[in-house]
Amino acid sequence: MIESFKGRSIGQSFDWKLLSCYLLLVIFGLLNIYASVHGEAGGTFLSFSTRSGKQIVWIVTALVIAALIIFAIPPELWVSGAVIFYIFVVFLLVAVIFLGVEVKGSRSWFEFGPVRFQPAEISKISTSLMLAAVMSRSNFKISKLKDFLLAALIIGVPMLVIVAEDETGSALVYVGFIFMLYREGLTGWILMLIGLTILTFVLTLTASPYTAILTLAMITTFFLALNIRKIGKWILYGLGTGAIMSLLPWLINLLQEEFIPGAALLRDGLDDAWVKATILANSSWHWLLKVKPIYFLLALTLPAAPAALVKSYRKKDYFLGASALAFLVGIFMVYSTDFLFNDVLQDHQRSRIEVLLGMRDDPSGVGYNVNQSMIAIGSGGLSGKGYLNGTQTTYGFVPEQSTDFIFCTVGEEWGFVGCVGVILLYGFMIMRIIIDAEHSREHFTRIYGYCVASCLFMHLFINIGMTIGIMPVIGIPLPLMSYGGSSLWAFTAMIAIFVVLDHEERKYF
Amino acid sequence: MVARERNLLIGLGVAAVILIARLFIIQIVDTSYKESASNNSMVYDIIYPTRGVIYDRNGKILVGNKVAYDILVTPNEVGEFDTLLLASVLKTDPQAIRNKMAEYRRNRSRIGYQSMVMMKQLSPEDYMRFAEVQYKFPGFKGQVRSIRDYPINAGGNLLGYVSEVDASFIAAHPGEYRSGDYAGKTGIEAAREKDLRGVKGYHIYLRNSRNQIEERYKGGAMDKEAVPGHDIVTTIDADLQQYGQELMANKVGSVVAIEPKTGEILSMISSPGIDVSMLADIGKHYSEIVSDPYKPMFNRTVQASYPPGSVFKLVNGLIGLQEGVLDTKMAYPCNRGYRYSGNHKLGCHAHRSPLVLEEAIMMSCNGFFCYVLKSILENRKYKTIEDAFDRWREYVVSFGFGRKLGSDFPAELGGTIPTSKYYDKIYGKGGWKFTTVVSLSIGQGEIGVTPLQIANLSATVANRGYYYIPHIVKDSPGVEIAPKFHERQYTEVDTTEFKKVIQGMWRAVNSGFGSGGTASIAAVPGLDICGKTGTAQNPHGADNSVFICFAPKDDPKIAIAAYIENAGFGATWACPIASLMVEKYLNGSIAEGQRKDLEKRVMEGNLLDRVHVK
Repeated sequence: MIESFKGRSIGQSFDWKLLSCYLLLVIFGLLNIYASVHGEAGGTFLSFSTRSGKQIVWIVTALVIAALIIFAIPPELWVSGAVIFYIFVVFLLVAVIFLGVEVKGSRSWFEFGPVRFQPAEISKISTSLMLAAVMSRSNFKISKLKDFLLAALIIGVPMLVIVAEDETGSALVYVGFIFMLYREGLTGWILMLIGLTILTFVLTLTASPYTAILTLAMITTFFLALNIRKIGKWILYGLGTGAIMSLLPWLINLLQEEFIPGAALLRDGLDDAWVKATILANSSWHWLLKVKPIYFLLALTLPAAPAALVKSYRKKDYFLGASALAFLVGIFMVYSTDFLFNDVLQDHQRSRIEVLLGMRDDPSGVGYNVNQSMIAIGSGGLSGKGYLNGTQTTYGFVPEQSTDFIFCTVGEEWGFVGCVGVILLYGFMIMRIIIDAEHSREHFTRIYGYCVASCLFMHLFINIGMTIGIMPVIGIPLPLMSYGGSSLWAFTAMIAIFVVLDHEERKYF
Repeated sequence: MVARERNLLIGLGVAAVILIARLFIIQIVDTSYKESASNNSMVYDIIYPTRGVIYDRNGKILVGNKVAYDILVTPNEVGEFDTLLLASVLKTDPQAIRNKMAEYRRNRSRIGYQSMVMMKQLSPEDYMRFAEVQYKFPGFKGQVRSIRDYPINAGGNLLGYVSEVDASFIAAHPGEYRSGDYAGKTGIEAAREKDLRGVKGYHIYLRNSRNQIEERYKGGAMDKEAVPGHDIVTTIDADLQQYGQELMANKVGSVVAIEPKTGEILSMISSPGIDVSMLADIGKHYSEIVSDPYKPMFNRTVQASYPPGSVFKLVNGLIGLQEGVLDTKMAYPCNRGYRYSGNHKLGCHAHRSPLVLEEAIMMSCNGFFCYVLKSILENRKYKTIEDAFDRWREYVVSFGFGRKLGSDFPAELGGTIPTSKYYDKIYGKGGWKFTTVVSLSIGQGEIGVTPLQIANLSATVANRGYYYIPHIVKDSPGVEIAPKFHERQYTEVDTTEFKKVIQGMWRAVNSGFGSGGTASIAAVPGLDICGKTGTAQNPHGADNSVFICFAPKDDPKIAIAAYIENAGFGATWACPIASLMVEKYLNGSIAEGQRKDLEKRVMEGNLLDRVHVK
């Protein structure tokens, strides 16, 4: 491996695959920004009055920034200046709360004449550099509580300030640093537990307690099976039961609609007492309405947990016991979510979570956005409607379609093929960053690389996830493709710094 | 360490697979998004057809259409607005508007970018006031809508009303109506709904998410124009109907007038009725109408079942003649009634005795008709009284009693004529005889008929033995009525027998006061009115006043029945009302003098206090 790098020229020692991904995504993003705004009156592709025209300006300036970082600024500066840079950015983050202008309900923007800029975007870079600087010290060990807390503090400070700015979405990206921490030795169980907790909470609020408990049961049993190496049996019995149980709500619905005329009206929450009375009076099956799928699920899973605890005690199989406990705690969480959410949280906290999860009754209608976005993407089909031929995006059904919802244009006009292409391109780019990071000798470069990969991944997954309805609506842009200078500049700089650090590494070979 | 890199790369792969799998489902497996997409960009602008106009027999408009405005709101487009100003412009309560907006907010996911009807049927004047300030209320707009207009106050119950369809109505007519449509609910509006409603059309537009119309879809090639409803020509004479309503003011009962030659219903008055001014906006007046103790919604002409009283003597007389147990020379005595079973007596008033059929009809003798029914039921031709009774019933039914006549009017009821089994059940087989059913002789007892059936009897006698099924809609271009309405329906009594009772009816009216004729008050010189009074017992208070007549005697143009609840003798109220209507119809006006005075007395008469209400 090392042999092959010998005798390379400077040009060859840049990761051109990574840079090509970058350029492809930026240009594809520009094409789609034009597609999403061309239906609006006036302006051609290049006209500066349109977003596509402005985006060209942002791209050119971003390339200038990249060139400066790669060719002009000494790479050592990123290592030595990390601490000052970090402190400076945290200061900016706090200052913007008092000095910034309010955009869409959050105070997170500085305004200098025509240019607006969001410190939260640079904060991702400064935090990454700071983490790399601190964690690359030779005596740093993440398994030590003190060091772990230090890393958590570095991540937590900007994150909390950003939450205070009402930019909860941007703050969520910082959760992604957990992947980097895992790479640097954090135990996998913490990752698992955090994942499970978030999953349970989100599923309970957005889907239903039924889905949450079923998912929890599937995951717990999967790890149990993994632990005793009986994956085959789990696939046979576990997946089979899971599949039946996931069909159960549908089956019960079907029965209710078959036997109770108008059952759907009742379930839709029709508030007409008269209609309700008529429906109930006209059916001798109305008791069926009281049957809920959750009863079956709880009857099936709840008795298993105490049995597993007893068995674990007798056989001293602590993994089994821990799993059963985790499952019970999970069910407790599912049922306390409502209580936590409605009775413990303060009004403004709750509303923030509601916005976060797309449950909020706000006038712009978050649910409307997701629905329209899914219609636009879904209507694209296999190969899409063709460039500039999308009706949903052209007619302006999708809000924020050149910024946060740019993926809709891809979905509608380029279809499944285009979407898979974009996801693979991002995936490949992140993979390149991880591979490059692993190849580096300097811990600094490796840690920074993982930070970049984590941020990109979080943005990618949350953004695309929200447009296709598997993530709550969190207003964060699709890196490199979404319209907007702040985000493009920040990601360009972030990647450029990694490219130049990587370039330094390659020089050694 | 390499294991962790591997795990993270696997995780990256899993995340990519999750996204791709979800995309696969919504883009390729699930087709509903594609349908939503076309619904999204296409907006169907429903074009409501104008409802058919309802005319009277002389071409006067009974029900027309006029313009009103609904206020529509697209909640998604509404921002902050001046609720107080809007409320004052729309003449409503600010809280009502706030409540509506809150309701839309609650259902916003179901509403989406649809427009909701916030207020209905504003007059053009009110709408203009709104239009002046409309620019201050983005998201609010007016939609023109045609509503029913009633130029003449004639026949509220008859015409029926049109109102917005509700969930149960839509369910009862699958595929025909959508929420927001209007349909005829009662009367002619309901009976001829299919002709009147027309066919809805639509224009398809492409719109954007702000509900702004961008262009016509395919230049309007896929649009469908609305087809207006067919006009309906009714058999009603608007002037006669209106005049009858005026006569019936403050009285409870019915008047039905039929043209005997065709079976066309000239007027059909159920009093108290629904004023046409309430019909246009029935929703607003509904509770008021329903809570009225005199039940204006109840169409007495086809739904009330009354004992017919003495007018039924005509039927018994005709059956007697047909059965051969009665002839015009046969005389029976009547000394203030008919005595039977020892001490029992069916009373009668003072008149000459003995008397023949013609005189018995003229003077409405009770005793005479007891003998008639006795000879019908005790006829040796039949082995038992049951057989004789059932034969009698067959005759009665052939006159249109005891069953629905089959008119084109919705909600018609059939009344009741008892069968022999009915009495068998009560008294046991062979346990009853003529005297048990003696009241039937004079149209009392276990017998119920509707005013429409009584009017039909009048038309049958006028036609000398047949009738046309009474109906309310005439043939007109595009609307053809069922052939049964053009077929003569004969009774089981020979047509030759009818002239024998008609002479008695003529004498009842035209013999002058003091002659003993019961309906002298109905006489109009030159009109040759033939009539028969009736006084039917009413368990709730005073007797019901009944009168049937037709005129002119030899070329009947109108046959009429008046049935007034708790109004006493037939001659006091029913007789003047029916005769005034005949005079109005045939002469066009009421003669000065006595007749005018009579008209005045009738119109001013208020009998509501006599009526027993719950």
